[in-house]
Amino acid sequence: MKRVFPTHPTNDPVIENPWQRLREFTDARIGLGRAGVSVPTKHLLAFQLAHAQAIDAVHTPLNIDGLIENLVSQSWCPKGQPLRLHSRAEHRDMYLQRPDYGRLLNKASEQILEDHAYLCDDKYDLAFVIVDGLSALAIEENIAPFLGELIPALTSGPEPWRIAPLCFVEQGRVAIGDHIGQLLNAKCVVVLVGERPGLSSPDSMGLYLTWGPKVGKTDAYRNCISNIRPAGLNYPEAGRKARYLLNEARTKQLSGVQLKDRTDETALEHDNDNHNFLISKK
Amino acid sequence: MTNDKTQFRFRHTVGERTFGFKSLAELMAKATPARSGDRLAGVAAETAEQRAIAQMTLADVPLKLFLEEVLVPYEDDEITRLIIDEHDKLAFAPISHLTVGGFRDWLLSDMAPPAMLEKVRAGITPEMAAAVSKIMRNQDLILVGKKCHVKTAFRNTIGLPGHLSTRLQPNHPTDDLTGIAASILDGLMYANGDAVIGINPATDNVAQACRLMKMMDEVIQHYDIPTQSCVLTHVTNTIECIEQGAPVDLVFQSIGGTQATNDSFGFNLATLAEARDAALSLKRGTVGDNVMYFETGQGSALSANAHHNIDQQTCEARAYAVARKFKPLLVNTVVGFIGPEYLFDGKEITRAGLEDHFCAKLLGLPMGCDVCYTNHAQADQNDMDNLMTLLAVAGCTFIMGIPGSDDIMLNYQTTSFHDAMYVRQALGLKPAPEFDQWLKHSNIFNDDQFTLNHQIPSAFEKSLKRILGGH
Repeated sequence: MKRVFPTHPTNDPVIENPWQRLREFTDARIGLGRAGVSVPTKHLLAFQLAHAQAIDAVHTPLNIDGLIENLVSQSWCPKGQPLRLHSRAEHRDMYLQRPDYGRLLNKASEQILEDHAYLCDDKYDLAFVIVDGLSALAIEENIAPFLGELIPALTSGPEPWRIAPLCFVEQGRVAIGDHIGQLLNAKCVVVLVGERPGLSSPDSMGLYLTWGPKVGKTDAYRNCISNIRPAGLNYPEAGRKARYLLNEARTKQLSGVQLKDRTDETALEHDNDNHNFLISKK
Repeated sequence: MTNDKTQFRFRHTVGERTFGFKSLAELMAKATPARSGDRLAGVAAETAEQRAIAQMTLADVPLKLFLEEVLVPYEDDEITRLIIDEHDKLAFAPISHLTVGGFRDWLLSDMAPPAMLEKVRAGITPEMAAAVSKIMRNQDLILVGKKCHVKTAFRNTIGLPGHLSTRLQPNHPTDDLTGIAASILDGLMYANGDAVIGINPATDNVAQACRLMKMMDEVIQHYDIPTQSCVLTHVTNTIECIEQGAPVDLVFQSIGGTQATNDSFGFNLATLAEARDAALSLKRGTVGDNVMYFETGQGSALSANAHHNIDQQTCEARAYAVARKFKPLLVNTVVGFIGPEYLFDGKEITRAGLEDHFCAKLLGLPMGCDVCYTNHAQADQNDMDNLMTLLAVAGCTFIMGIPGSDDIMLNYQTTSFHDAMYVRQALGLKPAPEFDQWLKHSNIFNDDQFTLNHQIPSAFEKSLKRILGGH
């Protein structure tokens, strides 16, 4: 039988895998070929680069000045000077080892919010809290286009949301949004946070919603939308899910496990047994 | 480090100074090699000296004391009850006179060959294993771990000396069947997958689990592969899958070492018993009936705020009592997955991986290790090379195999298909014998030289042509 795939060793120390073309069907690092039994140099170095980018995403500080400058110039930016806040984790090493510190504001930040509440009588329905989390890159790349999709839709309808000035937090974790929402006396808080970066997704942003934010609320009181980025859940789709959750939360006056996201298409919609090319159907 | 000696349960005097520890739990925690999770919990030694003194103090504790002083109250915790009620006094007899320090010497000595270690197994509690591990160096953990032989079987035989198995982990962020099939093919061609072909589903519900089980079952049957499949979904989902007639080989569950941890995971011992019975009723194993696959990892109890102020390594060892009860085919400590707040860097991950493997093997479990790290931990692929090699020397039951080390669904890095081949070549470790035969028969792997053949087996070549074209 004539073979269609190259099968004979040549002088090349790297043996290619004829199934490498299957990479068009998955991002998994399949068909790398081998030098002996080891990963060929080309793929070894590509992996190191991806890991380096993921590490940089974790350790590069959020460029808050640049972000604020960009966001306040947008027509949809909520009114009021953005608030710059910091968690009790003073630096990244402390942040990584003490998740409890990342969930609470430091004293200076508490004061900023108390002063704000004292000076403004504005009643807020919603506060957006923008948090570096584990990937500043995710925030820098996704925040403007995502909010540009979401905020105009929230402020235009028959029941426009009254939105607090944008809050920016350094060294923060998801639960810090509850501390901020409580001090601003906002009915609802939406945290936008850089998620734990993967090798193929260093720029993934997460969204967490709490109705009635208060320090000490657990994950059971939050709703989450994950993997917001152009190559993951795109902005229009993420915005649609966020509006759904926000409207449901406002209607039911709650969030978390009692508020189900029913916007998901059924997971089995695209089910097709022929997808498994390993099994012959003929 | 105070003069008020009355409040201390354990004391140790060095020169003029007396160090005290209020409870066995505190003594265990302070004696634990440094790690971030114990610092986060506030139970770690405050100084290096205090840790060393705690280790000396712990070495003097008789093993018998662990049967009298439980770390989590008997009344409150079904795992404590399991440990105490099922303790085998006869098996314990040969070591019952020993202290923790004496136990270390005994384990390392010629008095404890593999057959003896197997004999005393049921007499060792998780707390005894954890205690002795705290005063053992890495090489001790490796040497004794290697002496503990644990054999299990389903469609092949896992854990024979001189063998190392791999879990083929073809995860995909949307559970796309073509993507999953591509990763399975890649893994099989690199001689991976004898421990299990196991998928972490992206969409975690019963319908999806059934779909993935069916897909893997078809592949295993079509190519007549002597291995087993598993969808890593919640145990209650798997019970439903079995009720719906899905082809379930192994039942998966993440387990922890306190009842409160497992409550937070949404199951108890009765749930696991029900699931095991259901899987056994399918009679799908051909050479054995070990039908459970458990995953563990230091830090899970603290993460669920269910640690009772016990150090994370002791909590982890208690999870092995749960595993042991249900005769698993595989147990996997997912050592670097939980993140740097529990294991900060490569050094802490390495230590924890060796501890977990040692404790589990000593208690008679088929322990494998997800040698892994996340991108926010201070670790890299070199740390994984080191731990993988150390574990392979220690006789680790299995490691993960994933395309190019990159899990595109769970966003972390573990060992690759290539890594498994490296460790086979470097240390002469073979896959499970039945799978090894299949690899040889399929012309994939040459188990004399531990090399891969150049050609694709004809059965797989046909499938490839189907999707890539050609004739």
